[in-house]
Amino acid sequence: MSDNGVYLYAVTKDLAPSALGDEPVGVAGAPVRTVSGSGLTALVSTVGLDEFGEEALRQNLERLPWLEAVARAHHAVATAAALAAPTAPTRIATVYRTDERVRELLRDQRSELTAVLRRVTGRGEWGVKVIASGEEAGKEPEPAEAAGERPGTAYLSRRRARRRSREETSRRLAEQARQIESELTPYAVASRRHRLQDPGISGRQGRMTLNIAYLLDHDRSAGLLAAARELEDGLPGTRIEVTGPWPAYSFTDEEATS
Amino acid sequence: MDTLPAERVALVDLLDRLLAGGAVITGDVVISVADVNLVRVSLRALVTAVREESHDVFPHRTPSDRPGDGGA
Repeated sequence: MSDNGVYLYAVTKDLAPSALGDEPVGVAGAPVRTVSGSGLTALVSTVGLDEFGEEALRQNLERLPWLEAVARAHHAVATAAALAAPTAPTRIATVYRTDERVRELLRDQRSELTAVLRRVTGRGEWGVKVIASGEEAGKEPEPAEAAGERPGTAYLSRRRARRRSREETSRRLAEQARQIESELTPYAVASRRHRLQDPGISGRQGRMTLNIAYLLDHDRSAGLLAAARELEDGLPGTRIEVTGPWPAYSFTDEEATS
Repeated sequence: MDTLPAERVALVDLLDRLLAGGAVITGDVVISVADVNLVRVSLRALVTAVREESHDVFPHRTPSDRPGDGGA
């Protein structure tokens, strides 16, 4: 079996065998199965090392269509599990040599995994992104030209005024993001900031000023959504996008909690 | 403000989580992303691809790009 590896999607507890459907399919079209031990259940697929071995992975992960297909398959399995049972999703592309190695992992890291599962039980991850519209982010009032200034001086003072105005906008948007964060954080049991997405990546206009994940008790999500909507309504030119519930990707290691 | 069905989850949001989040479990792995600076590598791929995609009407329909084709 040296040609195959075992792709690990997530570790769960008390997952009903039927929760993933009749014939769940994972990465590369491979069936998803379970490996159980030490009171935990790992969701895995057998994958070929020609595609998921070390060298192949290094190359494949740089090919966006491949990465996207694997990411979506991984996400679909993690999501189905998280809807049914406490689930610790693993980072993408974690590949073991054999089922026995996965069982060893469940045994050796039982206490850490159990702690993560306890933390996410009855909770979901929600993402909040704040985006200032292009107009809002780029607001630069044309500075008035002082009468009698020489052309060179006028040019320099215009440049200075524009720079001040840009700095002022950045400060204002950062302050706004902090306020939104402080209004929403009380709904959560934990939060983790993600990097701000470049408009070139997100394909959206405007400047992202906050990208944060919250771990919420399920009965708090409606409150968070309502609060986000209310904040958005009070801030013309600013969008607050809420996504979720996600499997708790952002809350699976101890340092993630804040 | 809407919550999205799984198939419409933005790829960039998904990769933020799958490349930087998720339990990093080591042990006797063939490979895990902890071994590779994938966040940098893959986000570079993503930026490039997204910039190219914006000129492409059907960015996801290139049959030769399906996983498994072409091997390692």
